[in-house]
Amino acid sequence: MSATVQSSAAIAPSRRFGGMFAGNARAVIERGLRATMSSNYLVVLSGFFEPVFYLLSMGVGLGGIIGSIEVDGTSIAYGAYIAPALLAVSAMNGAIYDSTWNVFFKLNFGKLYQTMLLTSLGPLDVAIGEITLALLRGGVYAIGFLIVMNIMGLVLSPLAILAIPAVILIAAGFASIGMAFTSYMKTFQQMDWLPMVMLPMFLFSATFFPITIYPPAIQIMVECFPLWHGVEIVRMLTTGAITPMIWVHLGYYAVMLSVGVVVVARRLRALFLD
Amino acid sequence: MSFSSRLRNVAMTIGFFAVEHPSLLDYVFVSEPVIRAKNIVKKYDEFVAVDGISFEVQRGESFGLLGPNGAGKSTTMKMIAAVSTRTSGSLEVLGMDPNTDGPAIRSQLGVVPQEDNLDQELRVRENLLTYGRFFGMSRAEVATRADELLEFAQLTDRANSKVEPLSGGMKRRLTIARSLMNDPQMLLLDEPTTGLDPQARHILWDRLFRLKERGTTLVLTTHYMDEAEQLSDRIVVVDKGAIMAEGSPAQLIRQYSSREVLEVRYGSDKNASVAKKIADIGERQEILPDRILIYSDNGERDLAEITKRGHHPTTSLVRRSSLEDVFLRLTGRSLVE
Ligand SMILES: Nc1ncnc2c1ncn2[C@@H]1O[C@H](COP(=O)(O)OP(=O)(O)OP(=O)(O)O)[C@@H](O)[C@H]1O
Ligand SMILES: [Mg+2]
Repeated sequence: MSATVQSSAAIAPSRRFGGMFAGNARAVIERGLRATMSSNYLVVLSGFFEPVFYLLSMGVGLGGIIGSIEVDGTSIAYGAYIAPALLAVSAMNGAIYDSTWNVFFKLNFGKLYQTMLLTSLGPLDVAIGEITLALLRGGVYAIGFLIVMNIMGLVLSPLAILAIPAVILIAAGFASIGMAFTSYMKTFQQMDWLPMVMLPMFLFSATFFPITIYPPAIQIMVECFPLWHGVEIVRMLTTGAITPMIWVHLGYYAVMLSVGVVVVARRLRALFLD
Repeated sequence: MSFSSRLRNVAMTIGFFAVEHPSLLDYVFVSEPVIRAKNIVKKYDEFVAVDGISFEVQRGESFGLLGPNGAGKSTTMKMIAAVSTRTSGSLEVLGMDPNTDGPAIRSQLGVVPQEDNLDQELRVRENLLTYGRFFGMSRAEVATRADELLEFAQLTDRANSKVEPLSGGMKRRLTIARSLMNDPQMLLLDEPTTGLDPQARHILWDRLFRLKERGTTLVLTTHYMDEAEQLSDRIVVVDKGAIMAEGSPAQLIRQYSSREVLEVRYGSDKNASVAKKIADIGERQEILPDRILIYSDNGERDLAEITKRGHHPTTSLVRRSSLEDVFLRLTGRSLVE
């Protein structure tokens, strides 16, 4: 084998993107799937059951007391009211778990990203790949949850099938913001901030009751949370009560996703290619 | 216009011929520098880690950066590997600028970092497969290549084992195998054998020799002089981010040291006082805390002279000069602390 002139076996990446992108995020996703396959399924699935348990206890238990709830003039069963919200939570959980804790370990202990950036991958490949992995987990959780909902008779509209692409978008938004957040975290103590954001968001984002019961100031605050927009999208789709506001909610996620991807790619560059 | 670039122009005009006869092209391109560093500087905030170093590496050459801890070796390697952005100076790697063409440059490089960063979540062979995929190689291609390289790294029987339980030497061989997945034109090795036992080091050196024989350009850092002597055609000695000397190991020894070295020990509290009394012996001396080094072309003669004066050392040793001595001469410090 004469190695003098021949170029390497690697596909030479385009030089257009100033060193940021080689167009090979697929290899990053592949590596992630391979690693997941050899990891503990119980841990992988734990995040799935949390919203399912909420649905069972609150939907069935509390639903039995409350009965139905009035939304925009129509009355729906309490279980069918909270189920779409918990579906959005399910997507969020999967995406956040993967893009925060898992990414935190890879960033600070596994040296995985340093390794990837020794190859022809650019930071944008790594960002897109890792965010996609996290959203895949969110998507898998959400689809599983949708099946549970259907079995429990909580899907009120055939439009619910559109909830699948919707939850994937929601998962993508959370995955990219989660990873962007994690890229700034250096210690476990800092990572503890995460539940302090997640828990109130989970409880207040019109998950278990309409936000109209809050004073206006708090309503506005809740409307800034990403989860509220996600809950609104999914609820419109599974109950069939769609309003043009859905575009605003979808737009929110599109922006969240793009900002996250750009921040992550820049942070990876600053951290590992400086 | 230099002779080689004129030759290259000729080769271009008869390109059709050259393509059919790659050996001619090899010949013509042989003296093309693959790295051209001019005055490169790397600052971390105010701290200057690399302070204006310049060198060239030719295709097929084996080039060593020798220096103590903190000299700036790894930082230099990272700039070459396009994973660290230089602060100033000009750097060309395979004709491209690492600051802007990272992926394109890295696609042609093999990198063995100072610290092992194998993927602990994957098994041995999977480490090779995924790494190859990062370079955009096809599944079939990475599978064949991984098996070849497991063979090369003598790890075939560990293909499906986890990474964690491998010995240090095995991990290092796996890292080298991994760095060869993309069949790189140039291999960057940052302290390839630090922390390994002598046998493991020799196995590694043997593998690196084979690569060198096949024409792969090697750039390595080390603070072991024997490693630098074994593996490099040419060495630069770096200290505090600057180049102190450059040349082949033999040239450096000839230029900065004597043929032989006499080492005498009197015990740590007496070395200094004895040194004063034998200061006129040899061409030059270095007084270290644990021993006195006397440089001359005849160590045995000097030892005889010292004993004649009644200063019987507890132990003595006559040896040939090494790069360690060159380093001591240049910096006044020992390489391995
Ligand atoms: N990311 C960084 N931030 C700040 N300082 C750094 C960074 N990386 C390296 N340095 C400093 O730059 C100097 C050169 O470091 P470098 O790692 O290049 O040395 P080296 O020659 O490889 O040493 P060693 O033999 O210990 O590996 C050191 O003083 C080190 O502390
Ligand atoms: Mg180093």
